[in-house]
Amino acid sequence: MTARNHAETFVERVAARTPERLVKRVRGLSDRSIAWLFITPSIVLLLAINIFPLIWAIRLSFTNFKSNLASLPVRFVGLDNYISILTDDDVWHGMQVTARFVVCSIALQIFIGFGLALLINRQFRTHSFWTTIILLPMMLSPAVVGNFWTLLFQPQIGPFNYVISFFTGIAPRSFSMIGNVDLAPWTIVLVDTWMWTPYVMLICLAGLRSIPDYIYEAAEVDRASPWRQFWSITLPMVLPFLMLAVLFRAIEAFKMFDLVNLLTSGGPGSTTELASITLKREAFEKWRTGYSSAFAIILFVTVFGAANIYVKALNKVKQR
Amino acid sequence: MSALTAAHSVVEASPRAKAFAAAAVILYAVITIVPLLWIGATAFKSPSDSIAYPPKLLFEPSLEGYVNLFTVRSRQTPEFIASLPPADSWYEKLVRSHNMVIAGPSKVVPRFMNSLIIGFGSTFLAVLLGTLAAYAFSRFRIPLADDLLFFILSTRMMPPIAVAIPIYLMYRELNLTDTHIGMILLYTAVNVSLAVWLLKGFIDEIPREYEEAALVDGYTRLQAFRKVVLPQAVTGIAATAIFCLIFSWNEYAFALLLTSGDAQTMPPFIPFIIGEGGQDWPAVAAATTLFLVPIVFFTVVLRRHLLRGITFGAVRK
Repeated sequence: MTARNHAETFVERVAARTPERLVKRVRGLSDRSIAWLFITPSIVLLLAINIFPLIWAIRLSFTNFKSNLASLPVRFVGLDNYISILTDDDVWHGMQVTARFVVCSIALQIFIGFGLALLINRQFRTHSFWTTIILLPMMLSPAVVGNFWTLLFQPQIGPFNYVISFFTGIAPRSFSMIGNVDLAPWTIVLVDTWMWTPYVMLICLAGLRSIPDYIYEAAEVDRASPWRQFWSITLPMVLPFLMLAVLFRAIEAFKMFDLVNLLTSGGPGSTTELASITLKREAFEKWRTGYSSAFAIILFVTVFGAANIYVKALNKVKQR
Repeated sequence: MSALTAAHSVVEASPRAKAFAAAAVILYAVITIVPLLWIGATAFKSPSDSIAYPPKLLFEPSLEGYVNLFTVRSRQTPEFIASLPPADSWYEKLVRSHNMVIAGPSKVVPRFMNSLIIGFGSTFLAVLLGTLAAYAFSRFRIPLADDLLFFILSTRMMPPIAVAIPIYLMYRELNLTDTHIGMILLYTAVNVSLAVWLLKGFIDEIPREYEEAALVDGYTRLQAFRKVVLPQAVTGIAATAIFCLIFSWNEYAFALLLTSGDAQTMPPFIPFIIGEGGQDWPAVAAATTLFLVPIVFFTVVLRRHLLRGITFGAVRK
């Protein structure tokens, strides 16, 4: 290892001394052509699989096309799809359900995740073993795990209600996490929190570890209380990390489909019908392709716009 | 890390604070793991135990779940079963004891193979394309590089269902619906954004001087890339590959909408494992266990690179 390091420093020295013109001449293919050769395949693939379909969807969104009746004459309907979506009460209800889901689950995940990160950062013995266990859910398939949660939530045969009953005394048969209109929205928040709290925790942990110890030592010398240290050192230093976690989680939660589709599939009624679930119903059950394309474009613009505004805010926080 | 903090006694938590932290974290870890353990346990229950009321913590272990997962069975009269030649394997005996005979293998093996083929195929392509693009973004001055990189990332922001609508139509035209190649291309497109971002981070960390020295030694740029950069980036490439593999393995929305048989992967298949009268929970649990175990393994292997992977390289430890 040391011999290799030595050789590397030697070649580094040679490299530094070689005149730039000579370096350029010894290269075979020009750098510019290599650069484009390397980048083009990825860009072409993304254009073919993402951008071309997106443009197609934009075109469809102005028509009444139904993909199960493709032979029907396609009529250009202008902005009708967009107008009917934006004036539809059901769509707004779905958006509210989505917004509530995003806000509640992220708030819970930030609260628990940050708390766990603070505790793990105390570096008690065996902390890394337990951290790995906590991390597991976020790597698993939300669909496959969500499907299994339906068994755990069964009022009579699932263990969840018995655990609740053990702690609260409420009869396990008296409530249904999936079937009850008031509980179902919380059920999806609960499972999402179970899955994604480790994500927030891991990012917060990185934030906490990025704070140099000497800042706390200085604070200790100044006799700042632990409370004060938290508010004026820990929180501001972790804030950019927290905001990044919120960004990634918000995009993912807004896109949420797999977990909820298998857990409640939007029910009971439409109490957990997130935007993605509505979109799937319109596109692949009612086959209103034009209408659902318009809805998809609206969703994409929403995510993209919100993410852009948020990234600007994040950069401001980072610069401070 | 721990040696570093131990040196600064001011920052080191007190023993009581540590004990409290340990208790709280272990409690949370137990809450996290119980549903997963329940899945593993249900796989070893008999169908009647799996839907017992109240749920059973202790039960007689049975391999029925696994047997049911891999076979298709038909119910027969006891007289018919008695007339058959004696069962020559333990699983046949198990099935016959419930008045059933094995009618053939189930679809789980082909579905598992589909998951493997599509997973590895798309991972290989995504990592290949991603490595090339990441190297170019890392080492060369590319006009509008930031915009291109953001474009690559932004393709991840679309809800999968929104992407699936035009893809569905496009694949129908091209006869790619329910084919391996169609799914591989789609997953490659999704994964390539992750691969480019992650690998750019890894390649950025390899000092440029190494290749420049190689160039001076008479290597061409391509040789320097192959013989100097790639060996240095191998850990990063491996970590990226695992992340891509996990994504393809877990993906549900596209698989649900674009496959139905020949190329169907495990996630849309598992919820439809049904027995007599509803879901066959031990078989579902067995499938879920077999499906999750590789991911649990990879999570442990990846532990050090997890943070990078889940934040697209934005946070590095």
